[in-house]
Amino acid sequence: MSTIVAARPSPETRISPVFRFAMLLPGGLVTFFLILFALGLVVFLAFRGNDGSLLGVGLTVENFITVATDPLYWTVTLRSLVIAGVVTLATVVTAYPVAYYLAFHAGRRRNLLLFLVTLPFWTSYLLRVFAWKIVLAYNGVLNSAFIESGLWKEPTLAFLNTPAAVVVTLAHAYAPFAILPIYVALDTIPKSLLEAASDLGARPFTSFRRVVLPNSMPGVLAAALVVFVPTIGDYVTPAMVGGPASTMIGTLIQSQFGKANDWPFGAALSVCVMLVILCVVLVARGADRRFGSRT
Amino acid sequence: MSARAGTNAGGGWLGLYVLGYLVFLYLPVLLIPLFSFNNSIQAAFPLQGFTLEWYRTLYGNPALSGALANSLVIGVIAAFGATLCGITVSYMDLYGRSPLAATISAIARLPILIPGVIVGISLLILVNLIGLGPSRVSIVLGHILVALPTTVVVMRSRFAAIPKTIREAALDLGASDWTTFRRVMLPLSLPAVLSAFMLSFLISFDEFIVVFFLAGTEPTLPLYIWSQLRFPRSLPTVMALGTVILAVSVIIAGTAEILRHRGLGAARRNPA
Repeated sequence: MSTIVAARPSPETRISPVFRFAMLLPGGLVTFFLILFALGLVVFLAFRGNDGSLLGVGLTVENFITVATDPLYWTVTLRSLVIAGVVTLATVVTAYPVAYYLAFHAGRRRNLLLFLVTLPFWTSYLLRVFAWKIVLAYNGVLNSAFIESGLWKEPTLAFLNTPAAVVVTLAHAYAPFAILPIYVALDTIPKSLLEAASDLGARPFTSFRRVVLPNSMPGVLAAALVVFVPTIGDYVTPAMVGGPASTMIGTLIQSQFGKANDWPFGAALSVCVMLVILCVVLVARGADRRFGSRT
Repeated sequence: MSARAGTNAGGGWLGLYVLGYLVFLYLPVLLIPLFSFNNSIQAAFPLQGFTLEWYRTLYGNPALSGALANSLVIGVIAAFGATLCGITVSYMDLYGRSPLAATISAIARLPILIPGVIVGISLLILVNLIGLGPSRVSIVLGHILVALPTTVVVMRSRFAAIPKTIREAALDLGASDWTTFRRVMLPLSLPAVLSAFMLSFLISFDEFIVVFFLAGTEPTLPLYIWSQLRFPRSLPTVMALGTVILAVSVIIAGTAEILRHRGLGAARRNPA
């Protein structure tokens, strides 16, 4: 690597060691200590037994055996995967047309629309979830609106405390995450590709299916990832609108570090979630490369 | 509307869809301000008349003002730390030409791929190990981490937008690395620095998932809201507080957005 730099005398070679050290120090401390070391602690703790002390005792795979053999954890993991999967699919599919409009049809309203779709991203996640609680509650907005309009006579309990409520709330909370990556991918497609397609006689739909969609797949995959990761580990939404039937893996982790007070087991659950995410990332990488090679 | 009518075929239907999408995005959140002015303890139709009573209950509440003070102090310090890290990490990633700088920059964006609950518990283990325990300092550390990917992305795109020749000219004219950074590159990216600062403040101010694990005896505003959600009677107060927080968030995010597109960014966006 250094041979390339040395071949051409450039200002880059003059970087002083003191400057380099000072500039790398804050980021280095945060990334190595707060991210890598802290995650290392989680992995370490996952292989320890719980004796009530901070770092546990012994060296054991007991925690992972429990996760693998107790059907409860399979049920909850499967449920988390299904909920996160449905939320990701719903968010990406509904966001795509918005990103498409922003990239190709928005004209001079583009910057305003971009601001409007990203603004909810900067508002409190807790408040966005709370909003759905008052919408779906027994004495809430939806029930009272239906009764007021004469459609129903009695309020229904069917909204709150269902997995469907979790899906809708999460899809709403993470909707702004999905639009931006897809928009960036669509916006960077060279216009000449689209002109070539239509010059060669492709009808609009064919040109969309054969040119636009494959070229935007990296953005779609990135969007899917940034929605999937926070939703699979979420514990706030299940607690607020989900009820006991929608316990997710994040809920279990949180309770291991709270009421259940078994930190090593909670760490093992966290390691399992990180492995699941790693698999998803690798699959997305693979798919990305497949689409990337076409362009 | 545009001269290129051909590309706009179907734009009408799509425009309608975007409008519907925005309604879905905003309607549930807008119910919070709506019912915060409603003269009823429940968030339900029909509306019972206008009142400012719930806003009045926000005053003279020591638990609330304590949480607000915590959130402000933690937000400012965490934003300072996250912005400092964002500036240095992205600057060295672009100009440092070292594998270490590139690695640090890559790890700094890693928290995007880690669910908040895991960030929370990993820091909980860490702060207990080093003896800090759950405290305001721990929350600051957690929020620097949560805001770091944002500040790195904002600063990196800004530094990358500054023409390379400007930095090379400064170095060729004999300016040291430090002078080039402080007198040339930093002033040129000042709007992005402010934007990164405001956005990371906002992230800290609104953050709940990580702070839940790291708070000791002094809660932040989102934790205060969470504690109040157990009591149905305090629902209207929560909605009034939520309205204030939403308004502040919108103002700060709007200002940050304007700053981010100022100067170089704006010139690049409009190829006139």
